[in-house]
Amino acid sequence: MFAYAMRRLGLGATIILVAMMILFSMIYLIPGDPASVALGPRATPEMIAELRSRMGLDDPVLVQFWNFVSSAVQGNLGVEALSGRPVLTVVMEQLPFTLAMVLCSITWAVLLGIPLGCIAAVKRGGFVDRVIGVLSVAVIAVPSFVVAIYALLLFAVHLKWLPAIGAGESGNLKSQLMALILPSLAVGLGWIGYIARLVRASMLETLEAGHIRTARAFGLPERWIIYNYALRIAILPTVTLLGVGIGHMLSSSVFAEIVFARPGIGKLVYEAISTRNYPLVTGAVLVTTAFFVLVNVLADLVIGLLDPRVRASFN
Amino acid sequence: MSEQASIKPAALRARSFPGLAALRKILREPMGFFGLALVVLILASAIFADLLAMYDPTKIAPQNRFQGPSLTHLLGTDHLGRDLLSRVLYGARIALLVALGSTALSLMLGIVLGLMAGYGPRWLDAFLLLVFDAMKSFPTIMLALTIVTLAGPSMVSVVMVVVMVSVPGYARIIRTQTIAMKTAEHVTAARSMGAGTIRILRVHILPNIIGPIVILASMDVPVVIGIEAGLSFLGLGVRPPTPSWGTILNDGFANIRDSSWIVIAGGLPIILTTLGFTFLGETLRDVFDPRLKGR
Repeated sequence: MFAYAMRRLGLGATIILVAMMILFSMIYLIPGDPASVALGPRATPEMIAELRSRMGLDDPVLVQFWNFVSSAVQGNLGVEALSGRPVLTVVMEQLPFTLAMVLCSITWAVLLGIPLGCIAAVKRGGFVDRVIGVLSVAVIAVPSFVVAIYALLLFAVHLKWLPAIGAGESGNLKSQLMALILPSLAVGLGWIGYIARLVRASMLETLEAGHIRTARAFGLPERWIIYNYALRIAILPTVTLLGVGIGHMLSSSVFAEIVFARPGIGKLVYEAISTRNYPLVTGAVLVTTAFFVLVNVLADLVIGLLDPRVRASFN
Repeated sequence: MSEQASIKPAALRARSFPGLAALRKILREPMGFFGLALVVLILASAIFADLLAMYDPTKIAPQNRFQGPSLTHLLGTDHLGRDLLSRVLYGARIALLVALGSTALSLMLGIVLGLMAGYGPRWLDAFLLLVFDAMKSFPTIMLALTIVTLAGPSMVSVVMVVVMVSVPGYARIIRTQTIAMKTAEHVTAARSMGAGTIRILRVHILPNIIGPIVILASMDVPVVIGIEAGLSFLGLGVRPPTPSWGTILNDGFANIRDSSWIVIAGGLPIILTTLGFTFLGETLRDVFDPRLKGR
């Protein structure tokens, strides 16, 4: 297990390093000079030249790349263009809001997706199974920001059941939770479908296994078999899916945060774009990417812990 | 004997009209029928937008603003009095243009890179795999926001985002299949007869592996439509006043307390299109390549 964990962590670190390389070459290759982007259209050539040398853009490419990576590894993502505060601090202030929402979306997806998948597997081929199947495909297909806007229109603007904007009063847990319901549902809705499909498929596979047949032969109740014996194994692919899912949910949270005017990483980056706060954008992208890679490594470690075959096959 | 006789005409029919037989299979599934109908509807409204739209999609008429659906304006009007139905019809052009164009481009790049990784030397394979994995680890919208910050909002940026997001996935699949095909007998035979690398890839490997990837790409079309509409909604994709479903949604979101109809008109085509392409893609996959089920 230790060797497996080390190898998986090493791969994760390499991926983050390559991601930095790609980000850096994008900045370097895409036409548009960071200095003139930061200063806006009215900047004089002298101002641009001054900022260029201050940002180190006149150094050789390899020196620039080395500075970029070495300071990022030390947690120094540069300072924000407007306030002069360290980018990492600003990003870390907003991260908890986004993570709370993503966590809430995962809760929606798991609480609804797993039972729906089990029901579909048990009633395979029946009417209920078909309805769940079509609904799963439908919620996966529709983009989350359309769901977010429609939810806002229906539940907040027309019915006025739930708050339309903000993250709730600080310190008031109930109002914070109320403010979380709609955005997290918008982000998590598609994942209910994903998880339901995945659980259904792996449940059907598991129900063929020998120990389930034995349990049936012993006359255990079907419900007991499904939830205690089969689900334990059928749940494994869901752990991996959630690891990948967190990256996608970070993406959709950008929309949810803008539609519901919640604080968070997405809103931070979106506003940074309109004020051309360029170091903030790259910093936030790096932090979320690193977070995503870390979660995937964790998911793989959990799977490795649960299933020795995975450990053996990884090399 | 009688069994053979009953199979033969069906097989003959399928061979003489392969497209028709496939169409019949798709239409037999309720989901496929529904999906195909929606896709045809969207394609038709994109192609015939000129004929179907009763108004100029960018013509401003402030005296008519915030109207609900009526016989003169079937979907109502927006905050500038523009006819929403006309805007939705013209928006279909942008959506399909971006979706089909950038999917085709990603497919081409993915195939080339995948073949290189699968058939090339091991160091190249290892390097490309790392790059694919790293590219997949950027959250899509975060990557999109970075690209737009640097390159400015435009349709080209949207295409760039789609390519960066979808190429790694396609390339990985092509790579795996190329490696499996590399040692196949007919490839070894071709190589022993002195066929060049390009010829082996083009004639002996590619035709065998291209089917599944095309189906997978067709299932990605709704995702791409979502990316275009999403970026345009954020004001980072197609620039106003060009009608795009995303910009209509943005107009509606800004005026959501004055009129619900703008948001409804902008969201409905996105929902119908993504549903249509997804249902059609799922059916295509089940009909042509059941092995891919569950991806």
